[in-house]
Amino acid sequence: MADGRKEPQSKYTLDRGMPGAFEGETVTRRRLMNLTAQGAGAVAVAAFALPALGFAAGSAIFERPVVDWQRIGVPDDFPTETYVPRVITETPGIGTVGKTTIYVRRRNDAIDPPPNPPGYDEQIIALSTRCMHLGCPVRYVEASQRFICPCHGGVYNLLGQVDGGPPVRPLDRFYTRIRNGQVEVGPRYSVNSEFRRFPSYRDPAQDLDGIGQYLYPGRFSTPKQ
Amino acid sequence: MTMKLPLPPLPSALQPKPKRPGESERVRPVDQAKEAGIATIDWIDERTSLSGALRWTMFRKVPKGTNWFYTLGSATLFAFLSQAVTGVFLAMYYDPSPTRAYESARHITNEVFLGEFVRGMHKWGSTVMVVLIFLHMGRVFFFGAYKYPRELSWITGSVLLILTMTMSFTGYLLPFDQRSYWATIVGVNINGTGPLVGPFLSDFLRGGSEFGATTLSRFYAIHMLLVPGGIIALIGFHLYLVARLGTTAPPWLRASSDTGHLEERV
Repeated sequence: MADGRKEPQSKYTLDRGMPGAFEGETVTRRRLMNLTAQGAGAVAVAAFALPALGFAAGSAIFERPVVDWQRIGVPDDFPTETYVPRVITETPGIGTVGKTTIYVRRRNDAIDPPPNPPGYDEQIIALSTRCMHLGCPVRYVEASQRFICPCHGGVYNLLGQVDGGPPVRPLDRFYTRIRNGQVEVGPRYSVNSEFRRFPSYRDPAQDLDGIGQYLYPGRFSTPKQ
Repeated sequence: MTMKLPLPPLPSALQPKPKRPGESERVRPVDQAKEAGIATIDWIDERTSLSGALRWTMFRKVPKGTNWFYTLGSATLFAFLSQAVTGVFLAMYYDPSPTRAYESARHITNEVFLGEFVRGMHKWGSTVMVVLIFLHMGRVFFFGAYKYPRELSWITGSVLLILTMTMSFTGYLLPFDQRSYWATIVGVNINGTGPLVGPFLSDFLRGGSEFGATTLSRFYAIHMLLVPGGIIALIGFHLYLVARLGTTAPPWLRASSDTGHLEERV
């Protein structure tokens, strides 16, 4: 069978008739020089491309926003059976665009489920107006005791649970606390249909029941708590 | 011998004077200008050899039956050029800050000379471009022009379609009125429904977990720098493929047989 085998090729580039070959240059040597030159190029590209990419994505994905508590009134301002609207600043420094409406009421043990997981005990319920379908602003309709979204017809009940339409989970909430007799509103959090609290709030349309909570992971920027 | 048309009846003062014996041909300024132009082009061509590439691109063989449907690609290119030119000039007046954007867009429309017209061209031109892209795509599809060896033209064309959609999406936010704002909220949230990576892509687009101070400038940078660069590069490659592979004959033309006789059914 040895006859059928090909003669091993010479390791000299000159013998193989490679373009630009010169005496004494081996294929290995040429390959080394090639890889070195290309590697240097790759390092140079990475040296500007990686920082640029990190610059574009880093603070957007990893930066932790400042926790800001805003006063919205005293506890007696808020009824237990219906909601009172308040305007808070969600993103400071960009004028009206950064403001959002929230709906606030006092906790009503007759209808509100116990905190899940326990530990954070809120006296004031503050619901976000961000529809959990695609983020349009919902409004509370007193007559029907429902939150209604103008975009695609999402409907939520008094607790913020989905009553109809395309939303995938109840309305987001805000942490609240009472300091010096004043109600203060803090960061946003999400809940799933069993009112389990997700401190790293998710964007609308991200399901948090069953497999959804794994398909839509929380942000790196919010502490797990 | 060439036939010469009789001269128009000009007054004798305006008629060209006959040459005197021994007088050389007078150099007219027109000829001088022509000579200078040729010399300039020769000077460039000698150093770049671009004329060959130009001839290769422009003077191609075109199949029989080529018709108006084949102009849809050029029409899309023209729409893109119009978007690029009007966009560059709109950028001279536009201010991508959340507190100033709406005001600057209003200023363009209401106060800048021809502002309404140029902004209108950019706005309606984007719709025209999307319509033309789909017509072009339909032409390629129904004429079977995506088949071997033109698959790569189809693929780059599809990427160009996606990039054009990205342009439409990012450009939609820039007027910064209620419609733009909520459309962008909805669009970014749709993007967030992608499993696992969706939430992070949304944060990347927004520049954070909320629509914030840098969202608008991000969209602006994507709209006027990132995506147009990609589109220009891909259009170049797309056009290279067109020049390299040529265009297809319409499907209703039968290929001529080996004998050279054209089969025809009457």
